[in-house]
Amino acid sequence: MAVAILRQGNYLVASIRSDLTDSEVLALRDDLAEQVGSYETRGVIIDVAALDVIDSFVARSLRSIAMTAKLRGAETVIVGIQPDVAVAMVHFHLNLEPLRATLDLDEALALLDRLTQGGAEDEG
Amino acid sequence: MKDEVRVPIASDADLVPARAHARTLAERLGFSRTDATLIATAISEVARNIVVHAGRGEIIMTPLYENDRYGLLVVARDAGPGIRDVEAAIGHGFTAKGGLGLGLPGARRLVDEFSIDTEVRRGTTVTMKKWRFRDELERLREERRRRE
Repeated sequence: MAVAILRQGNYLVASIRSDLTDSEVLALRDDLAEQVGSYETRGVIIDVAALDVIDSFVARSLRSIAMTAKLRGAETVIVGIQPDVAVAMVHFHLNLEPLRATLDLDEALALLDRLTQGGAEDEG
Repeated sequence: MKDEVRVPIASDADLVPARAHARTLAERLGFSRTDATLIATAISEVARNIVVHAGRGEIIMTPLYENDRYGLLVVARDAGPGIRDVEAAIGHGFTAKGGLGLGLPGARRLVDEFSIDTEVRRGTTVTMKKWRFRDELERLREERRRRE
């Protein structure tokens, strides 16, 4: 399987194991949108360290995953963008808001903890 | 031509081997890991352009050997509908067919040379080149290897 989606408390961790076809990227988006709803997820982490190339389609798909998750009540953090992949992504002049990125899983979990606690305070 | 790699493109699944071949070839030509990624990303964009707009086509990658530089020539060819307004297609903000138009301007910024030859109802050929300059030391080492 190209992507494994694991549950970690209120978070979902999608771990990409190999280069993905466009169809697999779209399937990941749909799977995450569905699972965010069924598990009352507050945060989504997508590990992209295995991706050697993130082109404009994949970048925009990651963004649309983040926007979809947000509409379903969850924040999204991208983990492990390779340095050369980051260099390439800059050339696309894409607006990637509201995507957030961290270097590793620990930072991603800490960021989600902050984001979801902040959200709870706002509501209270 | 020797060392040439041809990748037929007929569906989005063909982008995966196209990216992999691009990286292998770029690394064999001595491109840095970052440049190999830029090349693979540009090829991914033009290959997707073929899938989305023409349905099928091919990508031909050819190594270029010059005395003071090595390069990779990439030709992406299809017999699809062609591009009516090339300026708009490679300018920023073009959003043909589901907003995939960002691909070509992105690809253009990732390579050193970029040109489009297109004719409505005949097809489109995108030609890209990426260069790597070779210094004196590298040339001398190679000369010595050849003599040995």
